[in-house]
Order: sequence, then structure tokens, then C-alpha cells
Amino acid sequence: MKLKKKIAVSETGFIFDPTTGDSFSLNPTAAEILNLLKDGKNEKEIKKVIMEGYNVDESTFERSFLDFMAMLRLYNMIEEDEKN
Amino acid sequence: MEKKHFERPIIKKLQTGMPNKFGMKTEYEPISEIDGVSVKDLVANYGSPLYVMSENTIRETYREAHRAFSTRYPKVQFAWSYKTNYMNAICNIFHTEGSWAEVVSGFEYDKAINNGVPPSKILFNGPDKSEKDLEKAIKHGSYIHIDHFDELYTIINLTNKMKERPKVAIRVNMDCGIYPLWSRFGFNYENGEAWEAINRIMLTKKIDFVGLHCHIGTYILAPWAYGIAAAKLADLAVAIEKKFNHYIKYIDMGGGFASKNTLKGAFLPGSDTCPTFDQYADAITTALINSPINHEHLPVLLLESGRSLIDDAGYLVGTVLANKRLPEGKLATIIDIGVNLLFTSFWYDHKVTPAQQFSHHTEDTIIYGPLCMNIDIIRENVQLPPMKKGDNIVISRIGAYNMTQWMQFITLRPNIVLVDSKSKAHVIRGNETPDNIMKNELVPEHLKKFEL
Ligand SMILES: Cc1ncc(COP(=O)(O)O)c(C=O)c1O
Repeated sequence: MKLKKKIAVSETGFIFDPTTGDSFSLNPTAAEILNLLKDGKNEKEIKKVIMEGYNVDESTFERSFLDFMAMLRLYNMIEEDEKN
Repeated sequence: MEKKHFERPIIKKLQTGMPNKFGMKTEYEPISEIDGVSVKDLVANYGSPLYVMSENTIRETYREAHRAFSTRYPKVQFAWSYKTNYMNAICNIFHTEGSWAEVVSGFEYDKAINNGVPPSKILFNGPDKSEKDLEKAIKHGSYIHIDHFDELYTIINLTNKMKERPKVAIRVNMDCGIYPLWSRFGFNYENGEAWEAINRIMLTKKIDFVGLHCHIGTYILAPWAYGIAAAKLADLAVAIEKKFNHYIKYIDMGGGFASKNTLKGAFLPGSDTCPTFDQYADAITTALINSPINHEHLPVLLLESGRSLIDDAGYLVGTVLANKRLPEGKLATIIDIGVNLLFTSFWYDHKVTPAQQFSHHTEDTIIYGPLCMNIDIIRENVQLPPMKKGDNIVISRIGAYNMTQWMQFITLRPNIVLVDSKSKAHVIRGNETPDNIMKNELVPEHLKKFEL
């Protein structure tokens, strides 16, 4: 579960996917999570950062993280693990 | 350090230059209070879902409408259309403003009487008045608006056994240059049916013929159509005067003015396209004043406006039950308000607004109700900021028809609260209990016992 390398994320929450030419907007929480993914952090590490910085409980975080990852997958931004 | 507010992470594809079927983003501010009462408090005290009515908005809207007509015409009288919202407290707000009652059934007639409306200030419309209803209305001197010849003959028969003279008007339908033409109610103008009905009534000599009524449709965006209708009724009034030397007391233009809601499929929001009361008033009063009606005998102008007077005053407050990602990536938000509580969602793209702070990021969302039925969709395509389970939403402009056409389905109907001008909330209809629903049910003896 890794962000594709070519994806460019700006500080202000815009993403450009050079392979398709599509661009996307992110809200601040999404931008922060995406930057953490880009730094190679896994879910556990991301959870820790977000829960320290935001007023959110674990289950709310997990539900929204799952949903967000599903959207990234839908938009083809995730490199699935190559093991399988 | 204080922790930051957590908003669900969202990602949205930008589509430059593409028309967006989800439409413009409509909401920039949350609705966190209604007339000074916090939405969170309302939900905590009265539950969710919850209907909330604003007394201020009702009075302001009524006064605006009344002013539009009374500044243009000397004799104006509104009659509150009970079917639009017949909660007694709501009716009484209109009655305290001076409105008479307009009813379309025996049930509504009795409601108006129970509310204290003098029978001589009730207009009785509709195709379903039983002989008993008619007898009661004649006895008490209410105005009966005749819908068809069968009703006229029932009334003529009643005059043979009653001493009171019925006070009647006829409902007239006609071509006003708009579609659809509502031809199923009343007597047609163009084919002479209305004139024939008038002649029958006048020739019985046992009935007081007092007025002409029309209701050309509902959510009519064309004020000029009312001008045509008023001119046609004025022609009938003049013909009655010529032939029978009789002046009618009133011309009743019915209801039908649009509210600011957005019709489904409309390109522009209703708040931009809805004519003002002034425009309707101008069309109607100009037609009457410029008509050949004798100025010494101008009829009273009656109005039975419904949705345009009450839609804006109603809110339906609800709660997010869940979020779901549909396979095509669209967000589905499930709320505790179903189409059974928001009948008008079949007509309108209702404005849905979160009740708590949100950022400017939005997602394409479909809003589902909780009914476990495929038709239970509150909004098909709407741009909404991310919300989570437990968040509150406010649906605006729902004051008309929802509290009369609602259906009890799989659960119980909720409280209705009125917020008064001092920001005090009053329950005006308590939530239903299982007993309310089941007390009329009977189980035959042979079905009482079973083994499983
Ligand atoms: C006879 C009559 N008058 C008034 C009304 C109120 O109409 P609206 O809510 O369109 O103003 C109706 C509604 O159907 C009606 O049938």
C-alpha cells in the first residue's frame, strides 16, 4: 500500500497525476494523510500522527481512512503490494 | 496544544470546463440555529428527525403577501388553505393574522370550526363533500364552492328540506395559456359549462350566488396566467350582472403561487426564478381593475395561497446515520429522514445544509433515507462537505404539504416544534407512540394464537 511515485502533491492540497493528466483537490486532513503516505508511512504510523494532532477517536479515524484509501484506489493512485 | 478539528479526508477529481451534473455548490454556511434556537439543542430536547416551524417567518411572509395585494386593491381577504398544513397551531397563526379558512373535506371543516373560525368565514372547496357536510355548511352559513353538477343538484335538493339559503360560488376551470390545464375541478369556462351552472343556480331562486372561484394549478411560475384567469372570471361577473342584475360578493383566485423551492430538473435555483408576491398581485389586480366590472361593486378578492405562504417557514432536522462509498466512487450519506416524512422530495431538490461548521471542500453525494426501499432518495446529486455519523443536517423550505401528506411507515412520526418570536420552542404535535398506531387494530379470534 504505497502512493504511486509519480503523483505530485502540493502543500495546498492539489494533486496532479502525470500518467492520466487528471488533477484532484484534497481537504487539509486528506492532504496531510497523503503526504504521510508519500513519506512511506503505514496505516499504524499515520493513525498515530493524526490522532495526536486531531480531535478524533480511533474508530472514526479508521472508518474514514478506509474510505479515503478506497477513493485513492478508485483513482488509481496506489501501488498494490507486489507479493501476490 | 489544542487538537485540530477532524474533518473526514476527501479527495475530489477536478473537471475543468465540464458541466457538472451535481450542480453548483449551494451552501456556504451551516444552519446551526433556527430563529435563535440551536439545532443541537432542538435535537437533544425533541429528538431526530424533527420538524421545526418558524412563527416569525410565517407572519413575515403572510404580511408581505397581504401588503402586495392590499396596496393594489381595496378589498383583499386571505383564507388559509388547510390541506397545505393543518396543524392547529399553524392555522391559528394565520387566523390571528386575519386569514379565513379554506377547507376541502368534512375533516378539515371540523378542524376549522374547532380552531374557532366562524362558519361564515370558511370556504368549502373540493369534489368530496358528503350530503351531511353540505347540510352542515348550509346550516352554518359557510361558503360552498361547487365542483360539479351532482353537487349542485344535491344542494338544490337540500334547499327543499332546509330553511337556510345556501351561499355558493362555483369553481371555474379554464385555459390560461399554461400547461397543464387543470380541467378536472369545477366547471369549464370556454365550453360554456360554467355559464350553464350559473344559470341553473340563479334560476332556482333558493340559493345565494355569492362568488366565482378558480385554482388554476400549483407552483405556477407565470404571473400573467393569473391575469388571464382573473379577466375571465370578471367577464362572468359582468355577464351575471347584465342578465340577472346581481352583483357577486367575491372573486377567489385560489392558490398556486410558487415557493422558492427548486423543482427537480430545473436549471436555476427556485430562489432565482420564483416570482414575487408583487408580480402575482400586479397581474391579478390589474386584470380586475381594468375589467368592465362596475367600480361601485368591486368584488372582494379572495386568495387561498398555500405553499408560497408556508414553505419557507418549515425545516426538517435530521441526523447522519452512516456514510457509504458506492462502487462508482460516489458518496452515499444515509440520514434518518425518509421520503415518507418529506413527500415533497419527489417534486423538489430540497436544500440540505449541515448544522455544524464545515470546510469549503465538498463531495458529490447522494442522500438516502432510512426506509429500506429503493425509492427512498432525498437528494440524488448534491455537493456536500464531509459529514460523519451523528452529524445533523437541516432541510429547508419544507413547510407545505409534508405535515399533511406524510406517511406512517415502519416507524413513528416525529415531533413538530414551533419556535415563537421570543425563540421559545413549543411542541405543536407530539411524536407518535406505538399505541397511537395500533389502538385501532383488531385481530380476529382465530388468529390470536399460533405456534412456531
Ligand atoms: C382549492 C385550492 N385552493 C388552494 C390550494 C393551495 O394551493 P397552493 O399550495 O399551490 O398555493 C389548493 C391546493 O391544491 C387548492 O386545491
